[in-house]
Amino acid sequence: MDRNARSIIHVSHLKKSFKHLEVLKDISLDVREGEVVVIIGPSGSGKSTLLRCLNRLEESSGGEITIDGIDLTDKKTDINKVRERVGMVFQHFNLFNNMNVLRNLMLAPVDLKKQDKDTAREEALKMLARVGLSDKADAYPHQLSGGQKQRVAIARALCMRPDIMLFDEPTSALDPEMVGEVLEVMKHLAHVGMTMVVVTHEMGFAREVGDRVIFMDGGLILEEGTPEEIFLSPKNPRTRDFLNKVL
Amino acid sequence: MTRIISTYGRLLATAMGQTLLLALYGLFFACIIGMIVGIMSVLRSRACRAFAAVFVNLIRGVPMIVLAYFIFFGVPYLWNTIMGVGGLTLTALQAGSICLALNCGAYMAEIIRAGIESVDVGQMEAARSLGLPYWRSMYRVVLPQAIRTMIPSIINQFIITLKDTSILSVIGFPELVNTAKNVVAATFMSFQTWAIVGAMYLIVILLLQRAAKVLERRLKYGS
Repeated sequence: MDRNARSIIHVSHLKKSFKHLEVLKDISLDVREGEVVVIIGPSGSGKSTLLRCLNRLEESSGGEITIDGIDLTDKKTDINKVRERVGMVFQHFNLFNNMNVLRNLMLAPVDLKKQDKDTAREEALKMLARVGLSDKADAYPHQLSGGQKQRVAIARALCMRPDIMLFDEPTSALDPEMVGEVLEVMKHLAHVGMTMVVVTHEMGFAREVGDRVIFMDGGLILEEGTPEEIFLSPKNPRTRDFLNKVL
Repeated sequence: MTRIISTYGRLLATAMGQTLLLALYGLFFACIIGMIVGIMSVLRSRACRAFAAVFVNLIRGVPMIVLAYFIFFGVPYLWNTIMGVGGLTLTALQAGSICLALNCGAYMAEIIRAGIESVDVGQMEAARSLGLPYWRSMYRVVLPQAIRTMIPSIINQFIITLKDTSILSVIGFPELVNTAKNVVAATFMSFQTWAIVGAMYLIVILLLQRAAKVLERRLKYGS
């Protein structure tokens, strides 16, 4: 990653409450182009909520979020236009059950008139090849394993040619033997320079692929740094405590 | 029994046709009402949800026979009293269709609401995260899945509505039950006549169920 790359995600003093529960208290964060930021922390710490605020699947309650200079908190912002550039991968895959794999990949590019059908099909097949699932183009989601579903989900997001990819615990719902194949795809993506924000419990991935690791707890960022800093010499006692439990 | 069939068979068959025509009109508009009200009940807008809830509860809370009398007699009466003209009259077919459409529409709305809610929210989120607008996501992703789970309940409702057309004999629509009453009055052969009428309903409904099974099988993904 280029240390001098410009910031593409800018979050300052972000707050998010659900009714009376304050999930994000005061989050400030910048992500540079091409950077891989891994967010770790105990469940309920607000990691997923933070991620979901970045494409406005959750409305923020306060603070500021800009994606490539576009203000997400501004009601006048066409959020759909922003989302076209911000891919998201979910814990439970969320492949469209009523469509086969190819149509899952083609839906958004064709429906949003990014590409005509033939181009979209070509692109989709190329993406499937990239995630190693060329033979599954005609399969329906229920015919795939968890790992295959998640790789299709990644390919689906990539078909929109996003500038940023958000991963919300992409391997948490997978059987252990399938985690590797998904992480492999993500690693490849990181190596070709995709800007990624990854919420995960895979510490090995955080260490190996992350440019920066963020530790969250109780709706706050408690510590951030390079993987070495966080994993080898964590400063915050809560970070140390958490890492002792998971490593 | 053969005498009834040979003498009144044609009449009863025509009446069955009227029953089916009434059911068809009713169901057609019921589907439209059900779709609109059902979707309104899952929208974010409070006003939409409130309207849907009031509509469904109102219609469900009134027996259909009362609704039928109200639409056929009550509404034209009110209209003509207020407007001071004798202009508005509803034919039994019009009033009956409206009545069925409202009644069945309310139940359909509930089926559609439940169907939409049965689709995992992740499906909508995934579609939105790709940049698809709400209504496109609804149309391309959520509704197709919802409709598939709704089909058995919808068919069930269709059958109930088809049978409910018999209630509309009270406003003088010449459907099967109304016609059968006349046949009984003319022949005094209640047992035979009602047995034939029952069998006619049964056959139509069995056919409908058959068609539903085929449709359900067709809609299975990836088969």
